[in-house]
Amino acid sequence: MKTLRWILGTVVFLGILALILLYTARGPFLPQEVKYAGFFARALYIIILSSLMVLFRVLRGPTPADRIVAVDIFGILVVGLCAILAVATDRSWYLDIGIAWGLQSFIGTLALAKFMEGRTFDD
Amino acid sequence: MTDIIGLVLIAAGLAFDVLGCLGLVRLPDVYNRLQASTKCVTLGTCSILIGTIFITGLNSTGFKALLAVFFLVLTSPVSAHVISRGAHKAGIRLWKGSECDALSEDKKEAAQ
Repeated sequence: MKTLRWILGTVVFLGILALILLYTARGPFLPQEVKYAGFFARALYIIILSSLMVLFRVLRGPTPADRIVAVDIFGILVVGLCAILAVATDRSWYLDIGIAWGLQSFIGTLALAKFMEGRTFDD
Repeated sequence: MTDIIGLVLIAAGLAFDVLGCLGLVRLPDVYNRLQASTKCVTLGTCSILIGTIFITGLNSTGFKALLAVFFLVLTSPVSAHVISRGAHKAGIRLWKGSECDALSEDKKEAAQ
């Protein structure tokens, strides 16, 4: 039963990955005249897939520490998404959003970890 | 030529991102998941940002990407350390197949 579940999960994951790499050559995000548009559209879909996997861990973490780790990694993935959007559409203000999101995510992670440790926010 | 180097770096970063998130879903414990997903920061997203610098050159986008790499390298080990220390202090148990727990042994020796 455990082996069957493992094989089923592997087949589903590799199938979704192959579907993304084969059939999403031009996403709805990018205009037509972008350089290397197929590569960047596939990259955006791959980051969306990994953030869905992170959201699965946020919803079904057994302990609070799992959810905090998952929210931290979600912020890091959004920084990568902003970098790919900035280089694909040639607008540099996407990286401003990325830097701000990374710093806010760091401060939020520190506050949540201190709160999980059992102390109050004062000391 | 620099375009090809940048695209290769971005592809490697995407591969590390997907593998780190797969480890976050599959591994059995908080500490194991933390150890897998921290690779997703330094090898995944920093590689994507350095590939951005290689593609665009050192204009405003490149300098902003360099600043983002600096902040990520500065902040992500601190947050990982704080999460693991808080989880150990909050009493979250290790996985049953773990070999040793040096922090609780040190605490026992200090209490004696």
